[in-house]
Amino acid sequence: MTDIKIHITDREGTTHEVDAPTDMNMNLMEIVRSYELAPEGTIGICGGMAMCASCQCYVESNHELPEMSDDEDAMLAEAFNVKETSRLGCQLHIHPELDGLRVRLAPEE
Amino acid sequence: MITTDILIIGAGPTGLFAVFEAGLLKLKCHLIDALPQPGGQCAEIYPKKPIYDIPAFPEVLAGDLVDNLMKQIEPFQPGFTLGERADTIEKLEDGSFIVTTNKGTKHHAPIVAIAGGLGSFEPRKPQLENLSFYEDNGLAYMIKDPEVYRNKKVVIAGGGDSALDWSIFLADIASEVTLVHRRNEFRGALDSVDKVQELKNAGKIKLITPAEITKLEGKEKLEAVHLKKGDETTRLEVDSFIALFGLAPKLGPIADWGLEIEKNAIKVDNSLDYQTNIPGIYAIGDVNTYPGKLKLILCGFHEATLMCQSAYQRIFPDKRYVMKYTTVGGVTGFDGTKKEAPKAVVKAIE
Repeated sequence: MTDIKIHITDREGTTHEVDAPTDMNMNLMEIVRSYELAPEGTIGICGGMAMCASCQCYVESNHELPEMSDDEDAMLAEAFNVKETSRLGCQLHIHPELDGLRVRLAPEE
Repeated sequence: MITTDILIIGAGPTGLFAVFEAGLLKLKCHLIDALPQPGGQCAEIYPKKPIYDIPAFPEVLAGDLVDNLMKQIEPFQPGFTLGERADTIEKLEDGSFIVTTNKGTKHHAPIVAIAGGLGSFEPRKPQLENLSFYEDNGLAYMIKDPEVYRNKKVVIAGGGDSALDWSIFLADIASEVTLVHRRNEFRGALDSVDKVQELKNAGKIKLITPAEITKLEGKEKLEAVHLKKGDETTRLEVDSFIALFGLAPKLGPIADWGLEIEKNAIKVDNSLDYQTNIPGIYAIGDVNTYPGKLKLILCGFHEATLMCQSAYQRIFPDKRYVMKYTTVGGVTGFDGTKKEAPKAVVKAIE
């Protein structure tokens, strides 16, 4: 299996079920961009270096996620609209265990 | 008034390389950038990070790439207006442009090349009520003149280098410095963190973590901030609140120049020369968009090169020119320097 299903709720509140490839070294931010679920220029601004919070999302399912790196933790400490479930999409790599993941995009800053 | 041939807005890698390509065509460039140093994102966001997709550089640090570009364009003596944001543009009757910055500096050129990347870097603002009322009225997002804070009660918020550095600096100037951050951990140079710890122990900086400012208060000007730590909110009387939450790029005033905008970027004619819908204004690098656009430094270099050829034809419509290889023509700087390939030596064998 090379694709998994991910449920992404966009900033307007619409939920999309999308297929995400697990063999292309992609992250969640890039999946959102590839399906154009947020306008270009409003997500992934730093390119995926955990240096902006434009790809912040709230994880709504109980998947086991990779631990936060110091970079991600520090960025979320400075971001706005942060909740307990906040993660940076660019730091969530797409792999088979994330099948069925549900996330909601945080509002634009 | 600063006059030049090509006025480049944005001094990132694409804008810098445009100076080189323009120089080969004997066109002078001047660059405007909102940041105080050239290099754009490479210098501001990730100078110590490697880039692996610059042709012929298996690996190069973003900061080194900028240094190399600065060295490459040195013979062409570019002018710089740094720390100022290009705000307005005016098209004159002869088709040339006057671009004015937020500080009133005027630039005149027949060609404008926007190489603005993601836009100009502006301070990130906290999400508080009546923010604009207190701006420059007790609330600041950057420190221009530290003397303003002499003998004042200052609250600084943020967890990065600028919050740490300014807390240290103002500890000797302000009557009271309180540093507030949402976490106990600070992301900054290790010796800055140690220094703040030292000043805290010596009672010269008040450190409140994990906490955040939730409300600003004051009738005419800022008089107090509300500070939330855990479930408790306290009121703190202050003269100044300095919010240092880093910088975020914004397309900014360029968006109002009458240019066709799509996907937060400027639409250009990629089949020809990267010109925008306004003749004489080009957009190159991350700031532009066209079918199949990729925001890569190497694409910016290509776009800058084609833009310069088109700009030359626009400035000199009656002159014929064909592109010349640097290996053949060498590089003749405006500073009198000349680099060229060594001549072949012919010697007979007897």
